[in-house]
Amino acid sequence: MSANDVEMTAELIAAHGLSDDEFAQIVRLINRQPNLTELGIFSAMWNEHCSYKSSRVWLRTLPTDGPQVVCGPGENAGIVDIGDGQVAVFKMESHNHPSFIEPYQGAATGVGGIMRDIFTMGARPVANLNALRFGDPAHPKTRHLVSGVVAGIGGYGNCIGVPTVGGEVNFDSGYNGNILVNAMCVGIADADKVFYSAASGIGNPVVYVGSKTGRDGIHGASMASAEFDDKSEEKRPTVQVGDPFTEKLLLEACLELMAGDAVIAIQDMGAAGLTCSAVEMASKGGLGLLLDLDKVPCREAGMSAYEMMLSESQERMLMVLHPDRTEAAREIFARWELDFAIIGETTDTRRFVIQHGGEIVADLPVDVLAEDAPVYQRPWTPTPAAPAIGSDTIAAPDDLAAAIVQLVGGPHLCSRRWVWEQYDHMVMGDTVQRPGGDAAVVRVHGTRKGLAATTDVTPRYCLADPKEGGKQAIAEAYRNLSAVGAKPLATTDCLNFGNPEKPETMGQFVGCIEGIGEACRALDMPIVSGNVSLYNETNGIAIPPTPAIGAVGLIDDIAQMTTSALRDAGDLLFIIGETGGHLGQSLYAREIANVSEGAPPPVHLATERRHGEFVRAQIAAEGVNAVHDISDGGMIVAAIEMALAGGIGCTIKLDTGNCAPHALLFGEDQGRYLVTVPAARAAHLSAAAAEAAIPLQQLGEVGGSDIVIDGITAIPLAELAAAHENWLPELMRL
Amino acid sequence: MKASVIVFPGSNCDRDVAVSLAAASGTSPRMVWHAETDLPKSDLIVLPGGFSFGDYLRAGAMGARSPIMRAVIDAAHAGTPVLGICNGFQLLTETGLLPGALMRNAALKFVCRDVFLRVTQPDSLFTARYVQDQVIRVPVAHHDGNYFADAETVARLEGDGCVAFRYCDGAGSVGGAANPNGSINDIAGVFDPARRILGLMPHPERLADPALGGTDGQPMFASLVECLS
Repeated sequence: MSANDVEMTAELIAAHGLSDDEFAQIVRLINRQPNLTELGIFSAMWNEHCSYKSSRVWLRTLPTDGPQVVCGPGENAGIVDIGDGQVAVFKMESHNHPSFIEPYQGAATGVGGIMRDIFTMGARPVANLNALRFGDPAHPKTRHLVSGVVAGIGGYGNCIGVPTVGGEVNFDSGYNGNILVNAMCVGIADADKVFYSAASGIGNPVVYVGSKTGRDGIHGASMASAEFDDKSEEKRPTVQVGDPFTEKLLLEACLELMAGDAVIAIQDMGAAGLTCSAVEMASKGGLGLLLDLDKVPCREAGMSAYEMMLSESQERMLMVLHPDRTEAAREIFARWELDFAIIGETTDTRRFVIQHGGEIVADLPVDVLAEDAPVYQRPWTPTPAAPAIGSDTIAAPDDLAAAIVQLVGGPHLCSRRWVWEQYDHMVMGDTVQRPGGDAAVVRVHGTRKGLAATTDVTPRYCLADPKEGGKQAIAEAYRNLSAVGAKPLATTDCLNFGNPEKPETMGQFVGCIEGIGEACRALDMPIVSGNVSLYNETNGIAIPPTPAIGAVGLIDDIAQMTTSALRDAGDLLFIIGETGGHLGQSLYAREIANVSEGAPPPVHLATERRHGEFVRAQIAAEGVNAVHDISDGGMIVAAIEMALAGGIGCTIKLDTGNCAPHALLFGEDQGRYLVTVPAARAAHLSAAAAEAAIPLQQLGEVGGSDIVIDGITAIPLAELAAAHENWLPELMRL
Repeated sequence: MKASVIVFPGSNCDRDVAVSLAAASGTSPRMVWHAETDLPKSDLIVLPGGFSFGDYLRAGAMGARSPIMRAVIDAAHAGTPVLGICNGFQLLTETGLLPGALMRNAALKFVCRDVFLRVTQPDSLFTARYVQDQVIRVPVAHHDGNYFADAETVARLEGDGCVAFRYCDGAGSVGGAANPNGSINDIAGVFDPARRILGLMPHPERLADPALGGTDGQPMFASLVECLS
């Protein structure tokens, strides 16, 4: 009996993350007991991370179509049309568990993985973003995790030479034991040079390229599908190690190969490595695959079939090539000094057959692996509605100016400069809007077009009301794109939740999906790609529901792009949208008034759309000097951010007819923007708003070196700048 | 002007500098792969930014031993101007074409931001379009840009007018917090004694296009075109 033919004990099955029912189903489907390698292959294909078994029924409810969509979910990344025969390819993906265990390598390989998803499709990555969520700043692990994750993201992206242009960073004690590292990448390709993963043809060579296979990352996907406990750090050996230099070579070699006609299908080896990539290629092509593991380039001798099939060594790709182009392809990879090995061929058997040492070590039906994974209709309970609380029940601050400085200079709203200055955000020479604004913008190389990208979600809204929170995440992404003058095109979602086997957690998931779906439909931003990360719990405590949204928009001519920076003294400041003073779930309520109850601000999607279209029309007419969306912290924080970006102050006059000043200033009512226009343009703006029936109110005037709230207080911009800029560097001081 | 940009495995600003050279000269530079041994006849050799060989050894140490570098060193000795930006500067110190070394940044972190530079030496092929003590804004993006040389070498660089740029603030005041990496004497770029070789950590190619938010890097390329065409 070989090492492969081991007895299938309950412990062994459980160690592979399979339930007794799931194992029984495997035996039924293949009509025999699996051997060890086969068990490993099933565990890789049927875990939550790869099979979406808990989320699939809900993901199907999301809108994924639109005239702009070239390729929706199901491939390595989503694709949208950006005109002129070009497409944008993008996706966001989580690397949460590895980053908690080993922050530098976990975050680095998250970036490497998402970039491979993009260039696998034939696109050159042009922008990286990341949505990071850490625990309480005072938690003993937080500084270590922030430092490692940021260095890891920078270490990978800077080396490969793709700018990291945007994202978000949050702190909340809900992430103390389970941080979130969500990495997004945007690439650009010619529409007629896009590559997919479906294999075709019989007897075509299956080619392995890139790094050698080692023992790192074995069971990474299974780890991502389990809860954490105090012993999770013992799993450090399952975190992969990144090699950005090799990925740079792989990127250039793949794009060079793809410029020709050699590639039939290509798939990167990400989660569950060789297993997942090979099965997906075969499954999508309706084919079988025969692999000979003796041909796989290995980093160390003596690796078993089991280890090779489950290794998550980074910077590897699997391709099916045209047989008569194989030698030319080999030459390209030789020039880039990368391994290139024909490790198998496509077959018509629809079976996944693995040879090793001259023996067949696995022989499984492709469809069972790829399509018969269990799909669960997990029980869920709706999140109880949070009672709306009146703004009059949330007290005014004792000292308004101090409250403003505390918010702007605190963990939630302070400058993230300390983070993004560690990222090369300018390499490739097309970053036309740098980090810190509403959305980052990269020029489409050699054109006047710009791609805008943003990541958004407000987890405290999602926790209080998953559906409104889901809607708000999309709405804020829509506003951030609109605020720079970009037409929103489509969305990628990275859905981070706790244990789906708990009905309350599943209820959060369902609520968020409903909200996201509704908003994507209303705002015409279909979901084209995404990732689900469940079991984000430590010792039974789940993270706040965090459906991170990445969105991409198009600017036809970057000359029309706007920024949030206030520009000229004398410009008039207007607010677009209704200000109702909604303080429930606002940062003010939580941070200053210590009120965590209440419903989040409702999102009116039709209004969002009308306001966004109006803002974009004004930007296109080149009538506005600055635009900023109003979100966390409310109107006063938005105004201060604009002033800090422009280095010039402003005066705000409040109309306190039916609302207290602190509710007007800090309320987080949705669907709002601040815009500035030259005084001579004000009448035009007012007329346009009246004609479109858009609520518009003059709020104040640009000028001076203070933020003045007329008749109430004045705060020097220098004081705000110091508070805003110093918090994060001081937290991270060695 | 016929320029050659040397491309190493891991170079990543090769395209960026080629764009700036083409915009200034009207001619696309030749891209020369590191494994070549013959250099095309060139009016200018550019060593671009990036992470040659991943910078897994000392930054630039591997690239300095690439096959093409023999030809680059010979050409430089024969008087062909060489511009090394960022990783290119590191390569120049590793080959010995420029003195000193680029150590890890004093703050131990990668830093990417605009910095101000004071033009210390406008009398060169590279800086002719700037004036003495002009303050320009150009980005840096590096982990190992902390220039160091022994006291004797620094004294010689200073005495011979071989310091090209110094880090300063927006008002031109040199040093202190304006120095992003701890470089000795706030040195951002140095020349060889003949001022035909320039190595600098900042990236003039990143602010040579108004769409990117500034053009203070552009005069360097204009100077080269003017002097070498």
